[in-house]
Formats: sequence, structure tokens, C-alpha cells
Amino acid sequence: MNASIDNADHVEDLAGERYQYGFVTDIEAETAPPGLNEDIIRFISAKKEEPEWLLDWRLKAYRHWLEMEEPEWAKVAYPPIDFQDAYYYSAPKTSADGPKSLDEVDPELLRTYEKLGIPLVEQQMLAGVAVDAVFDSVSVATTFKKKLAEAGVIFCPISEAVRDHPELVQKYMGSVVPYSDNYYATLNSAVFTDGSFVYVPKGVRCPMELSTYFRINAANTGQFERTLIIADEGSYVSYLEGCTAPMRDENQLHAAVVELVAHKDAEIKYSTVQNWYPGDANGVGGIYNFVTKRGICEGDNAKISWTQVETGSAITWKYPSCILKGANSVGEFYSVAITNNYQQADTGTKMIHLGPGTRSTIISKGISAGRGQNTYRGLVRIQPKAHGARNYTQCDSMLIGQECGAHTVPYIESRNHSAQVEHEATTARISEDQLFYCRQRGLSDEEAVTLIVNGFCREVLKELPMEFAVEAQKLLGITLEGAVG
Amino acid sequence: MLVIENLHVSVGDKPVLRGIDLEIAAGEVHAIMGPNGSGKSTLSYVLAGREGYEVTAGRALFEGRDLLAQAPEERAADGLFLAFQYPVELPGVTNMNFLKESVNAVRAKRDEGPLDAMQFLKHVRAKTSQLAITDEMLRRAVNVGFSGGEKKRNEVLQMAVLEPKLAVLDETDSGLDIDALKIVSEGVNALRSPERSMLVITHYQRLLNHIVPDRVHVLAHGRIVDSGGRELAEKLEASGYADYEATEAA
Repeated sequence: MNASIDNADHVEDLAGERYQYGFVTDIEAETAPPGLNEDIIRFISAKKEEPEWLLDWRLKAYRHWLEMEEPEWAKVAYPPIDFQDAYYYSAPKTSADGPKSLDEVDPELLRTYEKLGIPLVEQQMLAGVAVDAVFDSVSVATTFKKKLAEAGVIFCPISEAVRDHPELVQKYMGSVVPYSDNYYATLNSAVFTDGSFVYVPKGVRCPMELSTYFRINAANTGQFERTLIIADEGSYVSYLEGCTAPMRDENQLHAAVVELVAHKDAEIKYSTVQNWYPGDANGVGGIYNFVTKRGICEGDNAKISWTQVETGSAITWKYPSCILKGANSVGEFYSVAITNNYQQADTGTKMIHLGPGTRSTIISKGISAGRGQNTYRGLVRIQPKAHGARNYTQCDSMLIGQECGAHTVPYIESRNHSAQVEHEATTARISEDQLFYCRQRGLSDEEAVTLIVNGFCREVLKELPMEFAVEAQKLLGITLEGAVG
Repeated sequence: MLVIENLHVSVGDKPVLRGIDLEIAAGEVHAIMGPNGSGKSTLSYVLAGREGYEVTAGRALFEGRDLLAQAPEERAADGLFLAFQYPVELPGVTNMNFLKESVNAVRAKRDEGPLDAMQFLKHVRAKTSQLAITDEMLRRAVNVGFSGGEKKRNEVLQMAVLEPKLAVLDETDSGLDIDALKIVSEGVNALRSPERSMLVITHYQRLLNHIVPDRVHVLAHGRIVDSGGRELAEKLEASGYADYEATEAA
């Protein structure tokens, strides 16, 4: 299976390999030729039968992107990306390309699935096995759809939303992350191919976690995802993104955008478990994950809560942020980021306090092992009208081994004297005493490290929905395999 | 149960244990007493398998197996337990979770299935009341913010839950007031059985009024210099360790 695991090399290699299949430049083809230009964007837009305004928006983004420079401020290092050597559109994969059964799947991957306790049917889907009879998921998905429709919740691919709910998409897309926002978000605006759309109407509490459904349908998430979630007044939704299982993916560059809009008294809880291929033990291959996630608390008393567990990718560059515009609105960011081997993570958040009485909480747990580099980068900005705003930030780093790094880069800007901003940071190592204590009680080295790391991350993990939290705990252990001893 | 023969141990270049011979039969409680620096804690760490201690000669057999060749967790799975002199803090790891992970890790190494949540809870509840351990203490992170007495009670709880064959208690009395000492001793005494052996390491005779040993050994300068019944402890209480230290110097 998966070119990503067996041949995950650099973008150019991947592109080179695919080139053998002889893609043609015929605009009618299912796959666009490599490279990025206005024709490609028109091609994507035409394929998706998009309205004129969206094509214009994409083109504006593209023209803006041409003027931009790739950001270099993050503490991550990687060879230059040749954007003209990547593919920006290919038709959804048919199952014919995949392995025919689990026997053909990398045993290492299966071992991981087993450790995570993933059911067989889901293993097949995650590994990209051609399963025509995924009976369960189809019926489950249908049941979910019915239940959501009864509640009036719209939950569909964003391309479907463009077609069926153009007024909502046009109103909100780009309202939180404008097309000109940053290099990767702008690129995404020009070429995004899919993602999710959620609208929760006034006063509705979404009747389920938007999770299992998503997981079942996540087989083809694509590299330029775009997600838009709108919670209308007084509504609530909890959305789970990603999967604890390492997923098959052949694209090395990921540049997703997520926009959240919470109206008055509404709450959005957004949880991510990111476990893209991290590269091998020598730092070869792995996903570059450049993500822009931002939510706005538009109305009074709105609340947005980000929880993330980042264990995968060779490079993670993401700062899920909250714009606290409504009075007394609340932003939260709970993060666990682990880097092992040669992984690099530069992650954190931005809490922008605009309204009076706004509050934000940031809890960040960074764990570095191997030669991993882990940076927390966070901004807390209190604007002049944010009277009585409050922030509490806690950044804890844990180091395992001698060759990894942990860095904390907090930015605090307060323009209102009545605001209170607190920042606490600690750095710890797993001590010999702790390891020996655990081993004396019967735990192996690795079990001990998993236990101690889970303890370290407890404040964040408890924010995850139950079913996810259990998997995430196991995942932390698996990610750190080989980090001790 | 435990046989130690001519055990020599160095820390760095410094010999700390210089020929220990000791035999503990099943069901026996032995006490090792000695002044500070005599090698008491080294003995407990070597038996439990801590790194940093080099065995330069001799051997230790636990139920006939070569104890010193095993990893600490293998020794634990075979039934060796060390109550730490300084119990270690594990932030964020709840006491309950730690107990469960320990029990199930040990069970897994013995090819026994894990206890489910209900079985485990029942097992723990049966042990907590005697040690005056509240549910609140079980929910707290392991040893974080615990008083000295709470830490030692917690060690004995772990011992009770893990049900070892051989328990090594390293200065379990240190830092305890008289009430806490009573609770801890009663907890330990409740675990005495014909199948379970104990090695109680202490500086003071006081503990041995509560946990009455079958044999008492005096450790000085890395050797067992005297052995006897419980009356030896009382003699030490009266005369101190000076005689033994002087002997060595002479």
C-alpha cells in the first residue's frame, strides 16, 4: 500500500513517480497536469461546477499569492518546496488502485492499527483497501444524515454546500481567514478541492459529535482541505477532525484552512487528532502540514474551544486561533504536540481580545524526543476596547533524551490596563527516579514513558471527547516508541 | 525465597556492599538495621534492579532464579516489591490509574488477563480502608502533594494491591509520626503470610516494635556484622551502632 509510507520522499520524487503514468494536458482529463497557473484554477473550478463568484475569488487569491513570500519565521527547516512540481487536482481515487486485501498492507501499519484497537472494517478503509461492501458505514452514515436533517443541521462536503447553500458559503467563506491572509491560506483559497461544511441553526444543539460520520468518510481528505463551520445563535456543535490511525496519503504538502463562526451564545468545540505520516526514523519523507485555523466569536457570550493532539507530520505549522469580538466571549486552546525522531512542530495559538469581558485559556503541552524540535508560539493581544479581558496561558515542555529541543515563544500585547494576562511555563524531563519507580511496579520502559507522558498531557486529553481520548492516549505511547532505552 | 551469596556492589569506583550473605525463607520477616551509609538502601536498590549499581561479585537468587540478571519489571512480575524510602511523584497520573496499570502490567507478564474496571475496583477497595486511604487520595496524582505519612501509606497500598511474594521495605518508618507509623505497620502486618517474605530496612528499632521480625541483621560498612533474633534490635536500641563501627575501624 501507500506510496507515502514506502516511498515517501520529497515532493519532486513523488511528482516524478506519478509522471510516469503520463498525464496529459487535456483540460477534459480527470487529473490536472502538475504546476499552478490560472488555467489549473479554472479547471478545478469548472470540474466542481462552481459559480462565477467563487472562481473570481480563487483567482484573486492566486494573483495575491504570486506576490507573497513563503514565511520563514517559524522554527522549522525543510528543503524548498517547488510549487510548480505539485499536482493540484486529481479525481477522487477509485479503490482499484489500492491494495486488494489487508495481506497486501504494510505490516508495520497493521501493527499500529492493532495497538490502537481499530476494528477490521475501519482498518481496511484507512489502509485504502478496496472494500466494496462497507455495509456498516453506509448504513450508519445514512442514519446519521437523517438524524442531522431532522435537527436542521447541514453537514456536507464544502463543494456540495457551494451548490446547495451558496448564500451561506458566499457570506462566510473568507470572513475569518481572508483569501489574502497568509502564504499557505492564500494558496489554499486558490486551489482548495474539498473539506467540510457545517451549519447549525439557531438554538439547535447538534444531536451528535460530528465524528464517527466524519471518520468513516475521511478516506479521501485531500491536501488542500477547506472547512467552514457556522454555529448560529444559541447553538452548539462538537466537531472531530482526523484520526488516530496513520492514514494513507500520497500528498506531501498539506495546506488546510478551517474557519469557525460562533454567533451570540453559540459554542463550537473543535477537536483534532493529527497523525499524518511523520517520516521515517532518519527523517526521510513525511507530511508537511501548514494549516490555518481560526474562529471568530462574533456575538456576545460565544465560545470557541480548540483541542488538538498533534503527533504526526514531519513538519507541523499551525496556530488555531480565536478572535474574541463579542462581549464576554470565550476562547480556549488545548494542545498536545509530540515530536520524535526528526519531526518539527511550530504550533500555538492567537487569542485576539476585541470585546469587553472576553476570556481566553491556553494550555500547551509539548513533548520532544529523539531529535524532535517542538516550539510553542502564541500571541495574546488585548485591544483597547477589551475592558476586563483575561488570559491564562500555561506552556509545559517535556524533553526525552539529549538531542531534542523545546522552545516557547510567547507574544503578549496589551492595550487595555484593566486586562489581566498570566503566563506560566515549565520544562521537565522524565527522571530516572520516575522510570525506575514505574518499572519496579511492573511497567516496561515504554509503558512507563507512556504513562508519564499521558499524565503530563492530562489537562488537555480530558478535553477530548471520550472515545477519542482513549485512542489518543494509546497514540501518545505509539508515537514515542523507541524514544527511550 | 531469597538467597544472597557473597554480594559485592560498587557505586562508581567505591565498594558499598562487601560480601553480603543472607537467606530469607518463605513467610519470614527479616530486619536489616544499620547506621547511615552502611549500604542499607544500596541493598534494596540492587535487589530491585536500579541502574548505577555494579555487582562486582556474588549473586542473588529469588525462588531459585538469578535475580540480578532480570530487568526491574521482570523482578516485579515475579513478585518482588520495593517500598521506596522516597516515593516518587508522577504528575497527572492518578493513583488509581497507576495502581491499575501496575497490576495489569504485572498480570500481563504472568500471562494473566487484565482485571476489568469492576474487578479492579473491588480489589482496591478491599485494601484501602485499613490504610485509611480515601477515594480522594486515589484520585490525586501519585504522591504529588502527599504528606510524608500519606506517601508511605500509599507505598503500603501499592504493596497490598500487588500482593508480592517478597517485599523490601526501605526505611518505611522514616518521617512518620507515631500515629502514621501505627497505620503503616498494621497495613504491613496484615500482609504477613506463610507465603510472603519481607525484608524490613530501618535505622531505628522503633519500627520493629510494630513489625516484629523473625531475624535481625546488623549492616555496617557493607557487611552483615551481626545476626540474631528480635532481642538484637533491643540491644541496639540500648547501645547504638558505635560498637559495630568501632569494630570495623579497628
